[in-house]
Amino acid sequence: MIGYVIRRLFHTVLVVFAISLLIFFSIRLTGDPVSVMLSAGEPSKEAIAQLKANLGLDKPLYVQYFIFLKGLVMFDFGESFRSGGPVIDLIMDKAGATLALAVGGILVSIVIAIPVGILSAVKRGTFVDFFGRVFSLMGISFPNFWLGIMLILIFAVNLKWLPSSGFDGPQNLILPSITLGMILSGILARLVRSSMLEVMNQQYISTAKSKGISDWAVIIKHAFRNALLPTVTFIGLQFGSLLGGAVIVEQIFSWPGIGRLIIDAINQRDYPVVQGGVIFLSIIMVFVNLVVDLSYSLIDPRIKSGGSGHA
Amino acid sequence: MTSLQPQEQIHQKEMDVLPKKSHIRSFWKFIKKNPAGFIGMLLVILSVAAALLSQWIAPFEPTKASLSSRLVPPSWADENGESAFLLGTDQVGRDLLSRIIYGTRISLMVGFLGVLISMVIGTILGLVSGYFGKWLDDFIMRIADIQLAFPFILFAIVIMSVLGTGIWKIIIILGLTYWVGFARLIRGQVISLKEQEYIQAARAIGGTQFRIIRKHILPNVLSSILVLGTMYIAEFILLEASLTFLGLGVDPTIPSWGGMLADSRNYVTTAWWTATFPGIAIMLTVLGFNLLGDWLRDRFDPNMKV
Repeated sequence: MIGYVIRRLFHTVLVVFAISLLIFFSIRLTGDPVSVMLSAGEPSKEAIAQLKANLGLDKPLYVQYFIFLKGLVMFDFGESFRSGGPVIDLIMDKAGATLALAVGGILVSIVIAIPVGILSAVKRGTFVDFFGRVFSLMGISFPNFWLGIMLILIFAVNLKWLPSSGFDGPQNLILPSITLGMILSGILARLVRSSMLEVMNQQYISTAKSKGISDWAVIIKHAFRNALLPTVTFIGLQFGSLLGGAVIVEQIFSWPGIGRLIIDAINQRDYPVVQGGVIFLSIIMVFVNLVVDLSYSLIDPRIKSGGSGHA
Repeated sequence: MTSLQPQEQIHQKEMDVLPKKSHIRSFWKFIKKNPAGFIGMLLVILSVAAALLSQWIAPFEPTKASLSSRLVPPSWADENGESAFLLGTDQVGRDLLSRIIYGTRISLMVGFLGVLISMVIGTILGLVSGYFGKWLDDFIMRIADIQLAFPFILFAIVIMSVLGTGIWKIIIILGLTYWVGFARLIRGQVISLKEQEYIQAARAIGGTQFRIIRKHILPNVLSSILVLGTMYIAEFILLEASLTFLGLGVDPTIPSWGGMLADSRNYVTTAWWTATFPGIAIMLTVLGFNLLGDWLRDRFDPNMKV
């Protein structure tokens, strides 16, 4: 077990390192941000040199990367080109909104996907199953930003039930959460269905049924409990793509989260904020995956025992 | 040569016995058995046709603006009955239907070419990784792990914000990041295939490694490649539309579905059609590829985990 944890931790560090490398160098692909920052008018050579020195861009690339990496370890992402304040403060300011949105999205997907998946599996081959499968297929075929626009059109513009944007209270969270949770619910319903089907073929289900336990008790207590494990793992592993999706959803609903911060920073050519925001989201995602993996191995001892399996 | 003739004659006789209309009948049987797969195929054919024939079937120039016909509602929803546009016009008076038809080109181009690139890279790396194993396998799979740990959309946002918009940039970025799925799938299959007796036999009679891979391994993994490729086309179309919607994808001057939805954002309250129809186009196309992919998987590779 300890060996597995150490291996897994090492892998996490490696991934974070690779992500930092990737982002650092891809942002510098097109040359220096200074020319972009001073693009208005004809900057003098002195002005360029001055700005470069201020931003530390006159140093060799590997030194810049080292400084960047050192900052990363201390959660110091540098200063915003625009506001001059520390990037981490900007991010922390918005982190709560993004977290609320992500949790809302997960809740929506669970509330929708688990009943749909269970019903689909239990009523396999019937109309219920057909509708369940159509639903999950639609879920992955919708562009989520379009769903967001349509929800605004229906519930905010026409029915005037819910606000289309803003951050005043829980009612603001409803439409964005549905938008974000919908895609995940499509995939999740598929997964719940297939893991339920797998579990329901096991002998202990037949045993429980033959003991005379009512159908639904068997389904919920015996089958679903065992199908829950892959479901929970999956939700954890999808957290990352949820954060990615949040970037778009925040844009549609003017939700003041990290995604919106990143997109605004892109439009203002504020590279440290883009860089910091993306790395922050990636690190969160990598660590959520780590926690899910480790807790999974605690719950299900089969994982840590086999050294041969891909750990 | 002559010894083959009797057999051919028998074959011919069997053909005569079969009813003449068997093609139509078997096609009908196929539809009844796989309605979802058929719908998927139909949607895919429809979108490919729209892309190939857009020049001829689009009723108007997709880029021709006309201030006098700004935000005209669809002809069937127009109370004044003056609208000449089946799906209405956008904020600068361009015909939505024509733009949607032309937009198919962008979506399918990104889907097909992006998948082609990732498929070629992924297949080669998967074959190499699975067949040769050892440190090469470790190395390739470690890179794959790292790529999987990083949400694509964030990566694309960073790269596109630096490089600027452009359809080729999107295609290349998608191709270079999504090879992992192909590589993992193929690696797994190659590892199990490698131990099969016929592969060992081919090796024993002195088949070169390149020949074994090409003649014996590749044909066996082709169906899985096809299934995953179809599903990735659907995903790529969605990703391109999302990026373009954010202003980080295809050039905004080119008619594309994501770009149309981005334009529509400011007019949702007054002109519902600008936001509705491009989204329906995306949904139907993506649904088509997903249905087709599902059907192909059930047909060729029911155990495949995609």
